[in-house]
Amino acid sequence: MNSYLELSHVTIDFPTPNGPFRALDKVKLSIDKGEFISLIGHSGCGKSTVLNIIAGLHQATEGGVILNGKEVSEPGPDRAVVFQNHSLLPWLTAYQNVELAVKTVFKKNKSKQEMREWIEHNLELVHMSHAMDKRPDELSGGMKQRVGIARALSMEPKVMLMDEPFGALDALTRAHMQDSLMEIQSELNNTVIMITHDVDEAVLLSDRIVMMTNGPSATIGEILKVELERPRDRLLLAEVPEYNHYRAEVVRFLHERYKNPESETEGDKPSIDIGNPSRKEDTPILYAVND
Amino acid sequence: MTTQILKGFSGLPNKLTEPFVKILTGPNKAEHISQMLKTIFIPLIALSIFLLLWSAGASQIKTSLGDVPGPTQVWAQSVQLINEHKEEREKEVAFYERQDKRNAAKLEKNPEAKIKTRPYTGKATYLDQIWTSIFTVATGFIIASLIAIPVGIICGLSPLLYTALNPLIQIFKPVSPLAWLPIVTMIVSAVYISDDPMFDKSYLNSAITVTLCCLWPTIINTTVGVNSIDKDLINVSKVLRLSWFTKVFKIVIPSSIPMMFAGLRVSLGIGWMVLIAAEMLAQNPGLGKFVWDEFQNGSSNSLARIMVAVFTIGLIGFLLDRLMLMLQKAISWDKSAVIR
Repeated sequence: MNSYLELSHVTIDFPTPNGPFRALDKVKLSIDKGEFISLIGHSGCGKSTVLNIIAGLHQATEGGVILNGKEVSEPGPDRAVVFQNHSLLPWLTAYQNVELAVKTVFKKNKSKQEMREWIEHNLELVHMSHAMDKRPDELSGGMKQRVGIARALSMEPKVMLMDEPFGALDALTRAHMQDSLMEIQSELNNTVIMITHDVDEAVLLSDRIVMMTNGPSATIGEILKVELERPRDRLLLAEVPEYNHYRAEVVRFLHERYKNPESETEGDKPSIDIGNPSRKEDTPILYAVND
Repeated sequence: MTTQILKGFSGLPNKLTEPFVKILTGPNKAEHISQMLKTIFIPLIALSIFLLLWSAGASQIKTSLGDVPGPTQVWAQSVQLINEHKEEREKEVAFYERQDKRNAAKLEKNPEAKIKTRPYTGKATYLDQIWTSIFTVATGFIIASLIAIPVGIICGLSPLLYTALNPLIQIFKPVSPLAWLPIVTMIVSAVYISDDPMFDKSYLNSAITVTLCCLWPTIINTTVGVNSIDKDLINVSKVLRLSWFTKVFKIVIPSSIPMMFAGLRVSLGIGWMVLIAAEMLAQNPGLGKFVWDEFQNGSSNSLARIMVAVFTIGLIGFLLDRLMLMLQKAISWDKSAVIR
């Protein structure tokens, strides 16, 4: 039980006019240092709630989160969050956005010069050195998300929490961002928990994929260990049988065992993105989505 | 080439000069000429139709003060008012010259002599009255903003306080300045007692009435602005564990600035309208008192002079609004927003 990050019997009830609504029921998960975990599940299954509880933005009704031997009770920079819609301050430049985080976190233990170097170093990690002085409205969606990641990295978090970080990006940009994230990950070896809707993304990036059952009272349905060698290359992986096996496992879980609760009313529109459209042509289609 | 010339004109409003410059230098002459027709001639045509209708309609109505003045009489009176101002200034200069000479002569006779310098006590001219009005409205507006912005921020941050204050705001917001003024007058004369008063009571009454009417739009807009901050930005401040002060100054205020300025602009517009009414009743020597005095005076020129005041009030109100707009554009971070 001496894991780095421990979720023990996390249960959360939200008050509603019709009595409490149980969103999560006894979520149990141990994460090692340096692990990359993906949370996958249908919309409304409580993935974001899990992330918010780890971040400290929500309080679990029962159970709790222990990070490095300490219980999580409030938000803090040791659990940096990368939000889906970047959430950069629109009136600050990329540099100033990272600066706000660095100044708050390191106000006592870094000199001005060290801070500047640290900000520039983090922006360089995400390949944003060229646009340091641009404001978010002058940046593309992918670039904004890069700055968001730089801001999270600059806090030197124990765990980096990513809430569908690439969900709002187009497929090509998303692939590019995934590659960047893998590159950063191989360098820094952070502990990362990422929410995703994209099966390919989950298999490509993760050490383990945590698949969640449908809500209410959602919990962890299955955990899939992805034992593909790193560094991973998206083009080569398409030929590897294990890769396709992992994809198939996730898709089977999401579309056979826990069907999208909304699919019966919404017809044939899948809520889960089962393939990366940018390379559909060279990927064998394993499962026709026809729920 | 075009841009160079445009830069030379940068001191002037671009909208006016741009079409001319483009006609002189640009390639699409026909297009620019039609643009110029639109931006300059159409408003000019509308203006001349208005002037025609006015002069035709005015001569039809007889009042106890003579005919309703047309554009020419109003123009004549505005020239007259400026001349009166110049004469008054010349008199003032002459007065001080005489006084200085007299004092110098006295000192020459007897170096020990006591010298008296008296200020000039001529009547306030039209231009003086305009300045008084602008100064008074600025006082009222600044006091109102200094109260309304912090109150709005706190109301936006605390739903509890907002629930508490909202009924009061909603009740006081629609109250007419004419209803506030008697109360303000009584309170000021009861509270502001001084042998050597720094401000006239009439000035205080008018400024405070303006304040009371200016508060509400800024409070409401600031509250809404603060209340509608992106929840993710609040989460960012939580993750960073920003202190309350840092949160307010780094996140809350910058993100609500566009709404805040929208409120301030509405407030200043209301303040200027309120001021004229307040000055009439409080006898603060500004444009409101000018209108009232001319009305009481009842000379054959009075109506024309009041109309000069009407145009002045409109023009200054417009300029104040432009000023706020420029400030809003300079301060607001949301450059993509259409502000007009």
